[in-house]
Amino acid sequence: MNAQSTDIATYNFAYLDEQTKRMIRRAILKGIAIPGYQVPFASREMPMPYGWGTGGVQVTASIIGPDDVLKVIDQGADDTTNAVSIRAFFKKVAKVDVTTETAKATIIQTRHRIPEQPLTAGQVLVFQVPIPEPLRFLEPRETETRKMHALEEYGLMHVKLYEDIAKHGRIATTYAYPVKVEGRYVMDPSPTPKFDNPKMHRSPALQLFGAGREKRIYAVPPFTEVVSLDFEDHPFEVQTFDQPCALCGAENVYLDEVILDDHGGHMFVCSDTDHCEKRRADGHHGHLAPETHSASGKMEPAE
Amino acid sequence: MTDEPLLRVSALSKFYGSRVGCENVTFDLWPGEVLAVVGESGSGKTTLLNCLSTRLLPSSGTASYRMRDGQWRELYRMSEAERRFLMRTDWGFVHQNPADGLRMTVSAGANVGERLMAVGDRHYGRIRATAVDWLSRVEIDEDRIDDEPRAFSGGMRQRLQIARNLVTGPRLVFMDEPTGGLDVSVQARLLDLLRGLVTDLGLAAIVVTHDLAVARLLSQRMMVMKDGRVVESGLTDRVLDDPRAPYTQLLVSSILQV
Amino acid sequence: MATPLVVSDVAKSFTMHLRDGVTLPVVAGVSFSIRAGECAVLGGPSGAGKSSILKMLYGNYAVDEGQIIVQHGDGLIDLASASPRTVLSVRRHTIGYVSQFLRTVPRVSALDVVAEPLVERGGDRETARAKARSLLAQLNLPEKLWALPPATFSGGEQQRVNIARGFITEHPILLLDEPTASLDARNRDVVVELIAAKKAAGVALLGIFHDLDVRDAVADRVIDVTAFAAGKIAA
Repeated sequence: MNAQSTDIATYNFAYLDEQTKRMIRRAILKGIAIPGYQVPFASREMPMPYGWGTGGVQVTASIIGPDDVLKVIDQGADDTTNAVSIRAFFKKVAKVDVTTETAKATIIQTRHRIPEQPLTAGQVLVFQVPIPEPLRFLEPRETETRKMHALEEYGLMHVKLYEDIAKHGRIATTYAYPVKVEGRYVMDPSPTPKFDNPKMHRSPALQLFGAGREKRIYAVPPFTEVVSLDFEDHPFEVQTFDQPCALCGAENVYLDEVILDDHGGHMFVCSDTDHCEKRRADGHHGHLAPETHSASGKMEPAE
Repeated sequence: MTDEPLLRVSALSKFYGSRVGCENVTFDLWPGEVLAVVGESGSGKTTLLNCLSTRLLPSSGTASYRMRDGQWRELYRMSEAERRFLMRTDWGFVHQNPADGLRMTVSAGANVGERLMAVGDRHYGRIRATAVDWLSRVEIDEDRIDDEPRAFSGGMRQRLQIARNLVTGPRLVFMDEPTGGLDVSVQARLLDLLRGLVTDLGLAAIVVTHDLAVARLLSQRMMVMKDGRVVESGLTDRVLDDPRAPYTQLLVSSILQV
Repeated sequence: MATPLVVSDVAKSFTMHLRDGVTLPVVAGVSFSIRAGECAVLGGPSGAGKSSILKMLYGNYAVDEGQIIVQHGDGLIDLASASPRTVLSVRRHTIGYVSQFLRTVPRVSALDVVAEPLVERGGDRETARAKARSLLAQLNLPEKLWALPPATFSGGEQQRVNIARGFITEHPILLLDEPTASLDARNRDVVVELIAAKKAAGVALLGIFHDLDVRDAVADRVIDVTAFAAGKIAA
């Protein structure tokens, strides 16, 4: 897949050089072979700052091919700066088709959400991860946390949950909620809301996690057990919302609060914009939905 | 009491290059027995303690431990996973500085509960009830259970460290100057508490101290170390009342009378 | 009659390493035995080594030479060469000791100080406390003191706690190091009664009594310690 162009100013396909991609693919394969295990990799400088998804971008760049269709979401939305820029980046350096429709995408790079629409076999979900180490909160030494993973010493993870219940009367951790993968490694699912944790369990899609600054890659292969940690008397629960989406009327989806004015007016709407638009196109509407709506599911051709 | 020791130490030596940490230490420890290791700074007592607790690997010699199932295991041939498991279940280690043995940024209750969670207890209510029970046994008010040890006095921190170690019902506890750095009145309370717990729970303990009064109060047996070697050992009251080795005589005669 | 304690050719000296290794001989050739139900008293002036002999018999002082054969459980052991663990077992089950001074532990009540030896032998704590109460009452220790740690008690009060602690168990051998030194006449009489009761129960007693009245009241015979003066043999 070397760049065919004779123009010396163009980048290699998908920006990264082929040696780097091979290195990252090896890390990904190792991650898939050991679900939940953090594989170190030689993270490269990317043309964007750390914290903007450099880990996810490197993973995506290493697996993307000319036939792939890419969707990028930032906290569920396709139209925020981060999502738009990364989509534009791959459109330019890999000349791939991009989409906002979950079902049409072959690769979905995400910052902190899993789409509401269930993923299917053959799709790859790439997470952008800021801090991959779930034990970091209580154990600052990397040498020690690696040993704890190696020896399966995960008591500390429950100490964190214990502290939550002691302080708040319930497990107050709502995002980056630790999971145990395939009964072995405890993993940070990146700062996704715990609402999305059950979607990771036995998902038909391949889930890849890239942490650029921390130089770690990990993976959950399709149909892998992903269990959220909890106590017998304080079982894991997802967030519930006491009202449906104000725009599409959806229930049992993850909602964002949107401030409407300076007088305390606000509404709760789907965090997954594609899901919301699709529902509205299908005729669902919530109590604050405008009378007309725009068509959804734009399919942008490659440049 | 069984007729078999709990720990068998044979010709244990630790060298740091050409310097002697401890040399040729041999002894048996029985269940329920408290052994004091006394000597001044640099006498090798802490090196010995660290070797016995497998925090440090000796240069030569062996130490065998009788596991709960009755099997004898050679400590330095166990895998790190097994040693660490032993360390948080059947053993305890009380550090001189409580900050070394506590998690200072999590609550007292979580400090006590950590070992329970580490061995698989997944019932919050039960863990908390056990933590409350242990806090009361070390004389910490129940209403301090959600406070971080950073907010505790030195004596309370030390008592919390003891509770954290004893919650899994260990059979052997290592203590490194457990009363060091505490006020005399706080020391007395801690010693009394330790003495009671050791008796009630039938704990075996190896206590490193430079304080002969601590040794007298806590231990039945004593080893006196100097320059890495054991210069005298025996019943604690015999060693203190009829010291035979020149160094022990010096130690005993150096005690200040109140 | 049984002879639970046999001492033969025991010698003891102190080597003072801090004073150029000078050796102070204490006793030598100590030989005697005590029968069950008998109270023997060590006699001789101060410094003759009476206390040292008692301390050797309790394992508190090391023995340089000779044997101390004790009937321990079903067997005989030599206390002079026994391991610390054996000595502890002998103290727990066979030899009791009433020292001159009480070594107190902070925060433990007088009642529990007295009950402790019984509990250590595997006795039930409440039964032990009940027995401790009756002994303390017999020794006329005011009841209001029972729950207090004895550290602040007077010499006589501490001594009575100490005596109760020594007499509470049923050790077959009992060593007494001036148990009546700081007691008034009434309590001395109580101690004499307690000793008589132990004798009747078949206990072998060995004591040091400076009080001649008490000594005459309890002693079946006097062992003259001056006969064991180390100087005689060493000279």
